[in-house]
Amino acid sequence: MSTREQVLGRIRRALADAPRGTAPARGAVDRDYLRVHGRRDAAQTADLLAENLADYRAIVHRATGEELPGRLAGLLAARGARRVVVPPGLPERWLSAVQDVERVADSAALTARELDAVDSVVTGCAVAIAETGTIVLDAGPDQGRRRITLVPDHHVVVVRVPEQVVDSVPQALERLDPVRPLTWISGPSATSDIELDRVEGVHGPRTLEVVLVTD
Amino acid sequence: MSGTYLGMPAFPVAAGEAVHNTTLRGNLRHATHTIRDKRARAVAELDDWQQLRAAGKQIKDDVLRHLDHYLVRLEEAVTAAGGTVHWAVDADEANRIVTDLVRATGETEVVKVKSMATQEIGLNEALAEAGISAYETDLAELIVQLGDDLPSHILVPAIHRNRSEIRDIFNEAMGRWGRPAPEGLSDSPAELAEAARLHLREKFLRAKVGISGANFMIAETGTLVVVESEGNGRMCLTLPETLISVVGIEKVLPSWQDLEVFLQLLPRSSTAERMNPYTSTWTGTTDEDGPRAFHLVLVDNGRTDTLADEVGRQALRCIRCSACLNVCPVYERAGGHAYGSAYPGPIGAILTPQLRGMDTAIDASLPYASSLCGACYEVCPVAIDIPEVLVHLRERVVQGGEVTRAGNRVTLRPAKGHAAERAAMRAARWTLDHPAALRAGQRLASRTRRFHPSRLPGPGKAWTDTRDVPSVPAESFRDWWRRTRGPGTAGAGNSSDSGSTESREGTK
Ligand code: SF4
Repeated sequence: MSTREQVLGRIRRALADAPRGTAPARGAVDRDYLRVHGRRDAAQTADLLAENLADYRAIVHRATGEELPGRLAGLLAARGARRVVVPPGLPERWLSAVQDVERVADSAALTARELDAVDSVVTGCAVAIAETGTIVLDAGPDQGRRRITLVPDHHVVVVRVPEQVVDSVPQALERLDPVRPLTWISGPSATSDIELDRVEGVHGPRTLEVVLVTD
Repeated sequence: MSGTYLGMPAFPVAAGEAVHNTTLRGNLRHATHTIRDKRARAVAELDDWQQLRAAGKQIKDDVLRHLDHYLVRLEEAVTAAGGTVHWAVDADEANRIVTDLVRATGETEVVKVKSMATQEIGLNEALAEAGISAYETDLAELIVQLGDDLPSHILVPAIHRNRSEIRDIFNEAMGRWGRPAPEGLSDSPAELAEAARLHLREKFLRAKVGISGANFMIAETGTLVVVESEGNGRMCLTLPETLISVVGIEKVLPSWQDLEVFLQLLPRSSTAERMNPYTSTWTGTTDEDGPRAFHLVLVDNGRTDTLADEVGRQALRCIRCSACLNVCPVYERAGGHAYGSAYPGPIGAILTPQLRGMDTAIDASLPYASSLCGACYEVCPVAIDIPEVLVHLRERVVQGGEVTRAGNRVTLRPAKGHAAERAAMRAARWTLDHPAALRAGQRLASRTRRFHPSRLPGPGKAWTDTRDVPSVPAESFRDWWRRTRGPGTAGAGNSSDSGSTESREGTK
């Protein structure tokens, strides 16, 4: 008997007491929990997102579509970034004001070591969750491979408000495709393993900057 | 690593020693109280916490009731997404599968994400025997590994170490494993974390094989989920060419939508955050993003035996949030090592004896490693009635009965006096020596009172039948109480007997 059959057989014997059909009836789950906590309009939802992101030590900026290129250029300059990794589908216009910065294209050929020598990364996102202060990346063309937002120490992410902002975790899951690899980011990398003192940037980026852009 | 749980003394002995270690108690007390208070605030933010908790319980119960169905679905979905599924009945088999998979890559080093399942099966030790170095990459696990130590907490495995101990461990051991600690390392958490970052980055950048567990697996889509804070998980999940995930069979969830419940319950219960810094989900392999090969090893290792126990199976709902550890008065004083397994605290007291059986002194003593105060049940995000299972398992230890071991029904004989009985007595004495814990709950008042006086004559008789040397004469609970506590304490006994139902809040 294969191990698989052995485990499945044990499960079936273990459940001999439990009356069950061939397929489970999911009706047994009460989904009477809330889809959204509280009532907010779009502006308030964006405010809550900003507040919760900041609470987890992300640095939040706001800009209009017009201001965005200048703002991104300013953020990279303030950081002294010399080399910036850029996903293939990032809108050209976003980095149009950036000068004196080497752009490293995200590609499969880029090794982890090469990526480690990059200062910053600029990406878009798939969705942002106001109630938890979370940005979700789904490796779409404006976000790139998962590792480019992991290895460099500085991540700038652009969130389009209001269309990319949802209130809650249930609303976010509805919008996301599980077939794509997803990365949920709530503030920069952090640890509390040493006497529960929070320290940012153990392995992932130490600095997460979020630009909420409205048109 | 010489750290091992095998051959550890039974809980009362280990706990007795730990209670006298003041550094350990200080570290633990600070940590558990901090997390406990933060958690209460995080939970209070959600008006629908009880509904989420009920849904979490129901989803997990549905999973357990149809576990075969969901595992087969999961296997199909993972395979369709480009992964390979392996099944392991026990720890040895799981270790063999992983070892063979690593060998097939030709590598002798792997990077690991913190995982209870691999801790449970002793994977690092098995890999070491095969000449493969497994590097723990979670900061706390790194501290434990470098210190040749054992984890003592589910969430913060190095909770028993303070900053100066950590600095000494880094100075002493980092050089032996790779990049040494920087010169003049201080004991500030920021500097210690930076030392770990530099030490581990070297390993991440050259790693070809990553090993992880998973917090959840989605049957419908074949998606695996890892919830973490530091980014070491993301490193291990995305940089290597081969990813091997070792996961207990109970971690499956039916649908993508079910994550909406657990991604709300877990972070708040665990780290007391609205959301943990990083969550990764992946479904099989993705072209040119992340590992090219993905293996999922589904581990039984006592889970189907646990499933066969109608009362005890609820322990399989556990999502390893560690909230029950942080509220437990016994854990706080005894420390995680005393439980002698990867799973410490209240959940360990009910899970370990079910996964491993109750043949050893430590496993037979674990159901007594509790004051039955009920605080663990109150905080559990999937509403596991830990006190109920504890009492049930005590009954098994003392009275024997039908259990399932390695898939077969066997009749457990009543424990032969010594180990279990001594354990019972010592555990009871610990409780009675700590009036705060004793007062802590209605469950203690009602359940132990019901348990001890009414059932003692039954098992008591069985003891007299089977015991070689009766070291404790059969006597009523009241007599025993008076004898062990002295006449001056009769009042305490009365007040606990009449413990009110409201007093469960008293653990705060
Ligand atoms: S038993 Fe409940 S509270 Fe304890 S770790 Fe498991 S899920 Fe968390």
